[in-house]
Amino acid sequence: MVSVPNVDRAAVAPPPGPFRSRMKKRLGPDIDGYGFLLPATIVMVSLVVYPFCLAVWFSVSDAFVGEPASYVGLENFIYILTEDDIFIETIWNTLLFAFWSVLFKVVLGLSCALLLQRILKLRRFFRGSVLLPFVAPTALSTLGWWLILDPTYSHINWILANVWPFSYFGWGPYNFLGNPTLAMASVIFVNIWRGIPFFIITILAGLMAIPDHLYDAAEIDGASTWRKFYSITLPLLRPVLAIIILFSTIFTLGEFNIIYVLTRGGPMNSTHLFSTYSFTYGILNHEIALGAAVALFLFPILVVIVVFLLRMVRRDTSHEL
Amino acid sequence: MSSDTTTLTGSTGREVGVNKVPIWRRRKAAANYIALLPYVFFALFPFYIMGITSIKTDEEINNLGQSPFWATGIATEHYVYLANNTSFFNHWFVNTLIVTVAVTIISVSIGTLAAYALARLRFRGVEVFGVAVFITYLIPQTLLFIPLIDVINTIDEVVPIRDTYWSLILTYPTFLIPFVTWLLMGYFKTIPVEVEECAYLDGCSRLGALIRVVLPMAIPGIMCAILFSITLSWNELLYSLVFIQNETAKTISVGVITELIRGDIYYWGSLMAACFIGALPIIMIYGFFMDYFTSGLTAGAIK
Amino acid sequence: MAEIQLRDLWKYYDDVAAVRGINLDIEHNEFIALVGPSGCGKTTTLRMIAGLEDITAGDISVGDRIVNEVAPKDRDIAMVFQNYALYPHMSVFQNMSFGLKLRKTAKEEIERRVNLAAEILNIEELLERRPKQLSGGQRQRVAMGRAIVRDPQVFLFDEPLSNLDAKLRVQMRTEIKKIHQRVKTTVVYVTHDQVEAMTLADRIVVMNEGVIEQVGSPEEMYDAPETLFVAAFIGSPSMNFIPCRVEANNGGLSVRLSDDLTFPVPGDRNDRYGSCVGKEMLFGIRPEHITDKRPHTDPTHHDFTSDVIVLEPMGIDTMVFINIGETEITTRSRPRAVSQVGETMDFTIDMAHMHLIDPETEKVL
Repeated sequence: MVSVPNVDRAAVAPPPGPFRSRMKKRLGPDIDGYGFLLPATIVMVSLVVYPFCLAVWFSVSDAFVGEPASYVGLENFIYILTEDDIFIETIWNTLLFAFWSVLFKVVLGLSCALLLQRILKLRRFFRGSVLLPFVAPTALSTLGWWLILDPTYSHINWILANVWPFSYFGWGPYNFLGNPTLAMASVIFVNIWRGIPFFIITILAGLMAIPDHLYDAAEIDGASTWRKFYSITLPLLRPVLAIIILFSTIFTLGEFNIIYVLTRGGPMNSTHLFSTYSFTYGILNHEIALGAAVALFLFPILVVIVVFLLRMVRRDTSHEL
Repeated sequence: MSSDTTTLTGSTGREVGVNKVPIWRRRKAAANYIALLPYVFFALFPFYIMGITSIKTDEEINNLGQSPFWATGIATEHYVYLANNTSFFNHWFVNTLIVTVAVTIISVSIGTLAAYALARLRFRGVEVFGVAVFITYLIPQTLLFIPLIDVINTIDEVVPIRDTYWSLILTYPTFLIPFVTWLLMGYFKTIPVEVEECAYLDGCSRLGALIRVVLPMAIPGIMCAILFSITLSWNELLYSLVFIQNETAKTISVGVITELIRGDIYYWGSLMAACFIGALPIIMIYGFFMDYFTSGLTAGAIK
Repeated sequence: MAEIQLRDLWKYYDDVAAVRGINLDIEHNEFIALVGPSGCGKTTTLRMIAGLEDITAGDISVGDRIVNEVAPKDRDIAMVFQNYALYPHMSVFQNMSFGLKLRKTAKEEIERRVNLAAEILNIEELLERRPKQLSGGQRQRVAMGRAIVRDPQVFLFDEPLSNLDAKLRVQMRTEIKKIHQRVKTTVVYVTHDQVEAMTLADRIVVMNEGVIEQVGSPEEMYDAPETLFVAAFIGSPSMNFIPCRVEANNGGLSVRLSDDLTFPVPGDRNDRYGSCVGKEMLFGIRPEHITDKRPHTDPTHHDFTSDVIVLEPMGIDTMVFINIGETEITTRSRPRAVSQVGETMDFTIDMAHMHLIDPETEKVL
C-alpha cells in the first residue's frame, strides 16, 4: 500500500494551463453564459440603452418632429425650469401624487394584508377580489372610475343626494374632475385603488415568512394583539416594507394611464405628472426635445431609489425572506 | 376537530364532551370578515359599475332620477353595437391577442435563457448583468417612448412596422424581458443544483439539461412568467397609444379610449361594455391561475 | 478497466486553494473513501473527478484517458448526491432510464437493465411512482439504481447517507457494501463520517486543508495513523492525547504523563523513540486501551488508579472520564467494573497500542 507524501501546505501557484483553461480562468468556468445572455442583451441594448441615450441627446438638442436636430446645450432644461410654470407645477404635482398615493397604499395594503392573513374560510374569494384591480387593464378600469366620477352621471353624487344620512347635509354635486383640488384627489384615489393589491400580496408574503413561534412566545408572555403587531410584525416586516415602498414609488412616479384617461393633466394643468407632460410636449406639440427633457427629470430620482433598492436587496439575501 | 362529534373517548374509556370554540375567538374571527368587506367592495366597485351599466338601455342610463346601481332588465344593445359598428372585435381584440401571444413567447424564451445564465452559470460580469437587468426593469416607459418613436421610424425604412402591431411586438419585450428574467432568476435559484449536475452526468449538454430537467422543474415559475407577460401586454397603453394611429391596427385599450370617446356626449353603455369585455379575458385567466400570480409578484418584488 | 489517477491536482476558487496538488491512484474496482472534516477538499476532489468543477492545474485520468477537458456527460461516470437529486417530474423508471435514453440505448435493453437494478435494490414495485411519493430510504435506493443502471466506469458517492436518520443510515451502509460486492466497479465515496469510511472502504483517504494526510486500509488508519490529524480523526470516541516527556531509565524508555504517572515504553520501540528522550511530546492512546483493571501477564500492560469524573454508559461499555495531569481523557470499561463518580478506580493501560507524536511536525513517530 503506497502512502502519498504530503505536499507542502504553502500555496504554490499552479502552472498556467492550455488556452481554453486560461480563457476560463479569465472569464469563469461557464463561458457559454454569454451566449445565453446574447438575445436579451441585443434587445435591451437596441431598445432600452440606445433609446435612453437618444433621449439624453434629444434633451440637449432642438429636436422637433420632421426637422434635423442640433446641439443646444442645457437650453431645454433651463427653459422648463425658469420659464415653464406648468413644469414647476408638474414637479409639485408629481411629488404630491406620489406621496399621498404611496402613503395610503402602505396603510391600506398593510391593514388589508393583516386581515387577509387571519381569515381561514373563503380565502381565495377574498384574496382574489382585493387583488383584481392589479390585473385588470388599467386604462379600462379607470374608464369605469371615469363614469363614477363624471359630473352628470357620478354615482358618488347620486349617493350624496339620495341616500340618508348624506342627503341630510345637502353636499354636492361635485365636479370631481373639473376642480383642480378634487381632480388631484381623484387621480390619487384611483391610483391607490389600483396599487393596493401590490402591497397586499407582498406584505402577505412577508407575513408568512414571520415564524409562528414568535407569536406563540409573545402570547405566552402575555402580549396583546396590538403589542404583537407593534413588537413582532412591524419590525420583522420592515425590510419588505422598505423594498415595496421604493418599488411602488418608482411605479407611481412614472404613472401615465390613470392621468391620461381621467384628466389628461387638466383641469388647468393641475394633475400633470412627468409622463403626461412629456407626452403633451413630445407627442401633442411635437417638441421632442422638451418632451425628452421633462421625462429625464425622472432619472435622478430613479437612480437614487435604485441604489437604495440594490443595497437592500443584497443585504436581505443573507437572512432569506 | 370536526364539528359534528360532540364527544370523544378518553384513554380510560370515559366519554369527554368536546369543548366549543370560545365565543371571544369566534367574535374575533367574525370581526375580521366584516372588516374585510369594505376592501372587497372598494376593489370590485368599478367592475360592478362597468358590468351593470353595460347591460342597461341608454334610456335607463340617462334617467338620472333612478338609482344607477341597479338595472331593471338586461339589454344587449351595447354589445351588439360594439360588434356591428366598431372595430372592437374585428380588429382591436384580434390585434391585442396577436401582440400578447407573440410578445409572451418572445419575452419568456429570451428571459428564460438570460435568467438561467444569471442564476446558475459562473462567468465574469454575471453580477453586472444582473444589476443591469434590475435597472432596466425599473426604467419607466415614460423615459423611453419619445426616442422609441425614432427607433421605430428608423427600422420602418427597412421593414414596414410603423403603425402596425409589429411595432408593439418589438417594443413590449423591453419591459417584459427584464421582468421575466428577474422573476425566473429567483425561481431557478430554488431548484437544487445537484439535479442539474446529475443530468450532466447522465449525458445532457447545457441546453439539454435546461430543456429536459430545469424547465420541467420550473414550470410554476414559467407559468407565472407567462401569465404576467400576458397581463402586462394585454394591459399596455402608452406605447400603443404613441406608436399606432391607424384605427384598424389599434389594441383594445387604445381603441376604446381614442375611438369610443367622441365629442362631449359619452356613449356610456357601449364604453362600459367595451371595458368589461376588454378586461374579461384577463380576469378569467386570473381566476384560474390566481396562485401563480400572487407567487410571482412576490418573487419578482422581493427576491 | 477504470483506474483513476489524480496527478498534482489543484483547485483554486478565486484566490482560495481548495485542493493543493494531491496525488492519488485508485485501482480498478476499488472502493475508496475520501474522508475529512468539512472544507477539507474532499467534495471538490470528487466533483473534479465528475467534471462538475474545472481543474485549476494537474491531471485526472479515468481508465487510460486524461479527462481534464472532457465534459461530464462524456466521462461515463455516475454519481449519487447527498440530496439524491432525483428528477421530480419523472417516475422512478424514467429517472433510472434517463441516462440510457440519452445514450440511445435500445428499449428492451433499458427495460432489462432497469429491472435488474430494481431487483438488486428491491424497488421493483416503486417503478411507477414519483420521487415525491417515496420515503427517504427509497429515494436513496432510486438514486443508486439510477447510477447502477448506467453501468458506468466509475461510481461517485457524495455523502449519500447523511440525509437519512441514524437507523436507516446503518442499514443503507450495509446495503451499499452488498451492492458493491455484487456490482463490481470503481467507487469513490465521500463522507465526513469516519465510521462509514471504515466500514465500507477498501482504502481510506483522509484529507485535511486540501492535502491528503494519509492513504491506507481501514486497519492501517486505525492502528498506524501517520499524523496527529489522522490519529484524532479516525476512531470514535477519538484518541486521547496527553502531553508527556520521554525519559530514559535502565536501558529502556518510559513516558511521564504526570508527576506521579510514568509508564515504560514497550521494548521493541526503544530505537524508534530513542531520539526523543528529554523532549516534550504528545502521548496518544485510544479509550479502549485503558480499561478497568483486569488480570494480565502481558509486559505491556500496566495498572494505575484514578478518580472517576464523569460516566457515560453506552450499554455494552461505559465511558469513564478521568484526569491525567491537566488532561481529561476517556477510558472504556465494562459496566460492572465501574466505580461511582468521585470514587477512585483501578485501570489497566495497554502500552502496546501507544502512539508518540511530535507536536512540532504533528507526525506520529
